[in-house]
Amino acid sequence: MLDIVREYWLLLLIGQYPNGPLGGLALSLILAILGLAFSLPLSLVIAMGRVSPIRWISFITAQFVRIIRGMPLLMLIFWAYFVVPKLLGSSVSGFTTLVCALVIYQAAYLAEVIRGGIEAIPAGQIEASRSMGASYFMTMRKVVLPQALFNVLPGLTNQFVSTVKETSLGYVISVNELTFSANQVNNLVLTQPLQVFGILAIVYFVVCFSLSRSLRWLDMRVRQARAMA
Amino acid sequence: MIKMEKVSKWFGDHQVLTDVDLTLKTGEVVVICGPSGSGKSTLIRTINRLEQIQKGRIEVDGQDIYDSQINVNMLRQKIGFVFQQFNLFPHMSVLDNVLFGLVNIQKRGRKDSIEVAKSLLARVGLAEKINAYPGSLSGGQQQRVAIARALAQQPPVMLFDEPTSALDPEMVGEVLQVMKGLAREGMTMVCVTHEMGFAREVSDRVVFMDAGQILESADPETFFTSPQHPRAQRFLSDVHTR
Repeated sequence: MLDIVREYWLLLLIGQYPNGPLGGLALSLILAILGLAFSLPLSLVIAMGRVSPIRWISFITAQFVRIIRGMPLLMLIFWAYFVVPKLLGSSVSGFTTLVCALVIYQAAYLAEVIRGGIEAIPAGQIEASRSMGASYFMTMRKVVLPQALFNVLPGLTNQFVSTVKETSLGYVISVNELTFSANQVNNLVLTQPLQVFGILAIVYFVVCFSLSRSLRWLDMRVRQARAMA
Repeated sequence: MIKMEKVSKWFGDHQVLTDVDLTLKTGEVVVICGPSGSGKSTLIRTINRLEQIQKGRIEVDGQDIYDSQINVNMLRQKIGFVFQQFNLFPHMSVLDNVLFGLVNIQKRGRKDSIEVAKSLLARVGLAEKINAYPGSLSGGQQQRVAIARALAQQPPVMLFDEPTSALDPEMVGEVLQVMKGLAREGMTMVCVTHEMGFAREVSDRVVFMDAGQILESADPETFFTSPQHPRAQRFLSDVHTR
């Protein structure tokens, strides 16, 4: 196993870069970061739409969530990969396709987690803010969301970790991320699939574990600071 | 300062307020008491439109609060509200709780606002707690911060909705002390409370409610020594023999 790591660590880490496109773990992390960076704000908007007192806004956002939640991510990726170029009339890179699919898919799930957090905020918090003369959006921004997002941090962590692992689906549309690189290595080594995919599993685990640990650390620090522990 | 005329409110089919009339002059302190479920809290919550009314008219500071021209957020800045459950923002320090209205709503500079907030916190006896979070304070301390927060925008009227009912007995005094101070300084106040000592000591008028109606309205001396309505007599004897 160590031999494989020693031989192919660069391919696993950055793909064929700089002689070819960036790939491997580096690309997986970029995909995950972009996925999170775009899906989080989008999910905030959807979650606010879900709890909106304006009926048509809550209806539309609810349908969006239901539809996305009702399809497998892999199907969404295929759909984006084959349909979007037809609609746009020009080709779209696998990388872009994957980021878009991840963002849309994760946004729907994150939105539901955040909506749960918003709805769990006691009515008294909102009344306190409104009774001072704060508008609906000011109350959302300063009172409801800061508390709701913090309260649902464990649920958000779940979705973040999922996003990291779901980048591996890029494999099916030939995005040369970590799983794709590992498969290349496997094809080069030929005789040791157990070891190669064992390394792959360890790398994913380390990334996901560090992510969830750092978010837990953040959670605990904030709790201590706010005298909630 | 506050004028309610024939105010009625229903929750579904259930009428919770029936033709309530209540007038407060500037600087007046009115205590509303009555058994639970009598509509006291609902009544006080209609004054800043936390509850809608279906009939009648409410004026605050000469303005009809249901006038379509009126901006409810502007109106509410002029009415301080203190809740039974304090409702401090747990994710903000004590100082930031008091700064909330000044900085976020009135958009005043943070630096000047901090001076205002500090002096308010000193006034409620919590100057040394400005950097604490609500979670580390006792109930009495939290309620005093909530009063400071409600005072920050300098509202001419303060509404108190059972401010001491969620407190341990030994903390009631410190909150009442702050409220008494406010009353003596001439603040216009409406207090829903079961604290009869407070009513007797600082209120100008006691209003007794039952089943959504005002049954009796009198100065505290008259109310406590010779209540007219039999329901009020019964309420007072129950409260006193407790």
